[in-house]
Amino acid sequence: MAKRRIVLTENLRELGLLLFIVVLALAIQARNPAFLTLRNLTALLTNTSILAILAVGMMLVLVTRGIDLSVGSLMAFTGMVTALTVAGIPDIPPVLAIALSTALGVVMGMVTGLLVARFDVLPVIATLGMMNVARGLTYVASGGQWVSSYQMSTEFKAIATGKTLGINNLIMIAVAVYVVAAYFINHTRTGRRIYAVGSNPLAAEISGIPKRRLIFLVYSIMGGLAGLAGVLWVAKFASAQGNTAIGYELQVIAACILGGVSITGGVGRLSGLLLGTLMLGILANALPLINVSPFWQQGIQGFVVLAAVITNVMVRRNTERNALRRRAI
Amino acid sequence: MSDQIRIGITRERNWREFFFQWEWILVGVLLLVIAVNTWISPYFLNFNTFIRTPATFLDKAFIVFPMMFVLILAKIDISVGSTVALSAVIMATAYNAGLPMPLAMLLCLTVAGIGGAINGWLLVKFKELSFVIVTLSTMIIYRGIAYIILGDQAAGGFPEWFSYLGWGEIFGVPFIFLAFIATAIAFGLLLHKTTFGRAVFGMGRNALASRYSGVNVDRVVFTVFMLNGLMAGVTALFLTSRMGSTRPNVATGYELEVIAMVALGGVSTSGGIGRIGGPILAVFIIGFLSYGMGLANLRAPIVLVVIGSLLIASVLVHRIRFRSKKKINSTV
Repeated sequence: MAKRRIVLTENLRELGLLLFIVVLALAIQARNPAFLTLRNLTALLTNTSILAILAVGMMLVLVTRGIDLSVGSLMAFTGMVTALTVAGIPDIPPVLAIALSTALGVVMGMVTGLLVARFDVLPVIATLGMMNVARGLTYVASGGQWVSSYQMSTEFKAIATGKTLGINNLIMIAVAVYVVAAYFINHTRTGRRIYAVGSNPLAAEISGIPKRRLIFLVYSIMGGLAGLAGVLWVAKFASAQGNTAIGYELQVIAACILGGVSITGGVGRLSGLLLGTLMLGILANALPLINVSPFWQQGIQGFVVLAAVITNVMVRRNTERNALRRRAI
Repeated sequence: MSDQIRIGITRERNWREFFFQWEWILVGVLLLVIAVNTWISPYFLNFNTFIRTPATFLDKAFIVFPMMFVLILAKIDISVGSTVALSAVIMATAYNAGLPMPLAMLLCLTVAGIGGAINGWLLVKFKELSFVIVTLSTMIIYRGIAYIILGDQAAGGFPEWFSYLGWGEIFGVPFIFLAFIATAIAFGLLLHKTTFGRAVFGMGRNALASRYSGVNVDRVVFTVFMLNGLMAGVTALFLTSRMGSTRPNVATGYELEVIAMVALGGVSTSGGIGRIGGPILAVFIIGFLSYGMGLANLRAPIVLVVIGSLLIASVLVHRIRFRSKKKINSTV
């Protein structure tokens, strides 16, 4: 009964978000008819797919009551190393480049995971440290130089520009990540256990769930997805720089929170996540279309996040109060 | 009265405890850093360098003290870098719009104080929210507002006397150094000699118990976060004075350096533990370390790596120390 009510409120929440997105889209369309065109929508989805991939990893981290601030830096580092490799060995197959970047990301994520899971370092601290270590390593690896478009092979750049079944590769990869994630989260034992750890760590541990190993796993997954996103980012912009994706973690966390992932753990659904990501994607895409300076973007995002979090709290308080009132005689 | 009951944190001091304190390790590290610096550059080891070099890194040190309170409360504030940027940008914009400089400086402190107070208010009003998410969103918002105000422009053109804050000297000692000492004394007294400081420690150990023993928990949280914002404003003043102008992207990553200094100084991230001396030593360790790496022509990115690793390492060491102590206690 209680479970059903939670699912119901979640559905309502997501319906509200969807409604908001529709209204937002219509409002933007009224200001600039170029918004709801197939070309712009494809561009929007392509630009949002990297964010969407990262959001999946971040959701898992948030579900275990953690947070990962090192995402942007991990992307920069893995992207840079891959770009250097591609520049050095031009005929490396793109699949191998993706695998390399992802593997590197997993290793970096494992370091964070070890710190958080094994040594009980606060996630904020561990990832804040990692964020700067990875950012510094990016500059060290590149010697402060950029890897530019002409140093990359056409096949490598085709990772982001090419199409599979008529749809941009980035979108296809994001869809693949979501499909795998949907299966992993909802239909595997490990996936369900991650949620168990998040909703009640003590109970999970007592019932024999390997809490520490799962937390370690979650950060490794996040690292791997950051590595994947890193190589996609580099292929998409055809350049790897020291300051690639700086501060991108904030957008990823914002997407999760908008999507209804609870920062206190245990709550988060892929459907909501998708809506949250879309919402941010629309904001980023539409602001230039309606002549708002891009400098407004960060401020607006921040306000939207804070508003979403506070609304969540208010709604939950209201539900609890109503539940109490129902019990009163 | 030999069989006095020992309560809480008061404990007897013997020589072993005196020498096995975290601060002594820090002193050793500081001496090591100074020795290495001297080895790198023969010009390093003289009185003038010791007095003048700190002026290059003390600007962020003002946030270290209130941040110590925040960590003792078992919380973290990652919005301080953005608060510095926002208050500096507003000060510069207001001055360029015709506000007299003293008033603009006051405005800077007010804005920063309000920024901190908003954090505190949100935490008190919405207890369900964790400090991470609150300060993360204000971190985005404050820097976002700074960008809305200035875009990618720089603002400056301050009056001549304003540069005295960051560059002035009294009897050969930089003004910023004296200000740092005064702040250190003030916060040291506040932390260790007042009921407020005791309350902060108590809440770090057990917030619920503190509340039941009549501490106004909400007010303490609010005040600590407001202080944190206010001191970010002080940092903004000194930083802007040293740089001569300001941009929306100043003080990026200050939160990391400040938190690293506090953690290295022996303040536990799980709350309730810390003494004022540790972070002060840590300020000079990290400061001289960055300065020395500059002397050795190591690029700024490596400094990032070192400070990041230092933060993780110092927290790790505390975790292991704390864990072994707990084990001993539980076996007794």
